[in-house]
Amino acid sequence: MSLFEQKVSELHERLHKKEISVTDLVNESYERIGQVEDKVKAFLTLDEENARNQAKQLDDQLVKGENEGSLFGMPIGVKDNIVTKNLRTTCGSKILENFDPIYDATVVQKLQQAETVTIGKLNMDEFAMGSSNENSAYQATRNPWNLDYVPGGSSGGSAASVASGEVLFSLGSDTGGSIRQPAAYCGVVGLKPTYGRVSRFGLVAFASSLDQIGPVTRTVEDNAYLLGAISGLDPMDSTSANVDVPNFVNSLTGDVRGMKIAVPKEYLGEGVGEEARNSVLEALKVLEGLGAEWEEVSLPHSKYALAAYYLLSSSEASANLSRFDGVRYGHRTDNAETLIEMYKQTRAEGFGDEVKRRIMLGTFSLSSGYYDAYYKKAQKVRTLIKKDFEDVFEKYDVIVGPTTPTPAFKIGEKVDDPLTMYANDILTIPVNLAGVPGISVPCGFAANGLPLGLQMIGKHFDESTIYRAAHAFEQATDFHKQFPKL
Amino acid sequence: MSRISMEQVKHVAHLARLAITEEEAQQFQHQLDQMISFAEQLNELDTDQVNPTSHVLDMKNVMREDVAKPGLPVEEVVKNAPDSKDGYIRVPSIIE
Repeated sequence: MSLFEQKVSELHERLHKKEISVTDLVNESYERIGQVEDKVKAFLTLDEENARNQAKQLDDQLVKGENEGSLFGMPIGVKDNIVTKNLRTTCGSKILENFDPIYDATVVQKLQQAETVTIGKLNMDEFAMGSSNENSAYQATRNPWNLDYVPGGSSGGSAASVASGEVLFSLGSDTGGSIRQPAAYCGVVGLKPTYGRVSRFGLVAFASSLDQIGPVTRTVEDNAYLLGAISGLDPMDSTSANVDVPNFVNSLTGDVRGMKIAVPKEYLGEGVGEEARNSVLEALKVLEGLGAEWEEVSLPHSKYALAAYYLLSSSEASANLSRFDGVRYGHRTDNAETLIEMYKQTRAEGFGDEVKRRIMLGTFSLSSGYYDAYYKKAQKVRTLIKKDFEDVFEKYDVIVGPTTPTPAFKIGEKVDDPLTMYANDILTIPVNLAGVPGISVPCGFAANGLPLGLQMIGKHFDESTIYRAAHAFEQATDFHKQFPKL
Repeated sequence: MSRISMEQVKHVAHLARLAITEEEAQQFQHQLDQMISFAEQLNELDTDQVNPTSHVLDMKNVMREDVAKPGLPVEEVVKNAPDSKDGYIRVPSIIE
């Protein structure tokens, strides 16, 4: 049995009893990577020498009783858009092929305080733009449950590495579903925290008003531990919120009696597959059996979320990605005489098709004469979508639905049609627009053997309640105890 | 017939500082047109009385004490630059 089939709390107990060492945990990671990585292709960069040295150092601390970090000795993978000092960070893009960051993201500093061990950097769609990892400039990560299928995206490497047992857990980022969708496709637990819960300092920005870093784990309990370690106000990120960070693990009581669950009819209607719908209805029966109550509600502006999202996120991206100009870091073209030519040619050579497409859409919707009709209109629609959630949360504790309309699709199936690819995110995008937290937990398997995810959405800064509901559901089912055969 | 002209596509590419080929310009013309038609469904909603949301948290300007702190070392800052000399980053000449 893999060590990573155990939880942080169990591994900590075994470390404490000296049954295992941190070196054993790090060995487990690299051995598993040696066995399955050529199939799964989750990692872009490994940090083996540093990880092994750190393991030795932590084992020395363990002997002295100095194992104080909340995630002491736990092997973690980090999505490749989170900067790590002296460890190559590419964002899945050719333009940053040799980028060697000169500082650590705040979440990486927090992981160091928690005493995790970083195993390596995880593959992603270029600059987090994509739902399949096919937009990575380097490799297409595979779904560990069936290697012909996508792992989801953009945090595909984060989900596939956890599902295949290469690391205990990982960090991803979520702008329109990029943690929850791959977690659903790979049968693991992924949370997008409330906007502002986790510092974005050192997260290479895609859409600044939507991006959040969050944990990908096997169990809800480990997810709660990892979120606790990375949360909190950061003076380096003026959009990080000055709110208390509760002990999320304390919320995992197993008790959901009297919990009021809202099920939006739009999340079970048109465009949502039968298997996803049925798995949610089965999950609601489980929650009902545990004493929760559910009712159908409406989030009437849901169908406008996708269009608003693509305008807003592409506009923000077109501004954020202007920093990649070949001057201070990254690729610079050899084929230019003037400065402007240098910018244009560098960006043409460095960016992939999807990134260019979104820069073009964003630049267009921010350009003179179109700003009000597209960008500002989308911001107004965002207000309506946010209000939909506020109205429902006046009466209910949690919103429940599928994470994705279908299970994972085949590699190559949607790559030529951007709009069909985007439609995959209709159930996750509204959550980012409203800024509320959402989690995906495994809730079954489709007929083709691929996992399905249950999405639970909470009020601003109320991750505790969705963790409580997700944990109670997880404990009443055994989907999280099944592992892909690789 | 696309509602976006080739001229507009090229203008947007210039604003975005992105060199595009003639073939790419045609492709972007088609794809932008598709995405903009898709986005126009937002016009079904009357938003005259709705305020735009740029940011979900109820936050105003965030201030902190103005205290000097050491910056990053110059040799670190320029180490990722494609072309640098004596602690400066070099670019093609800007002034004739």
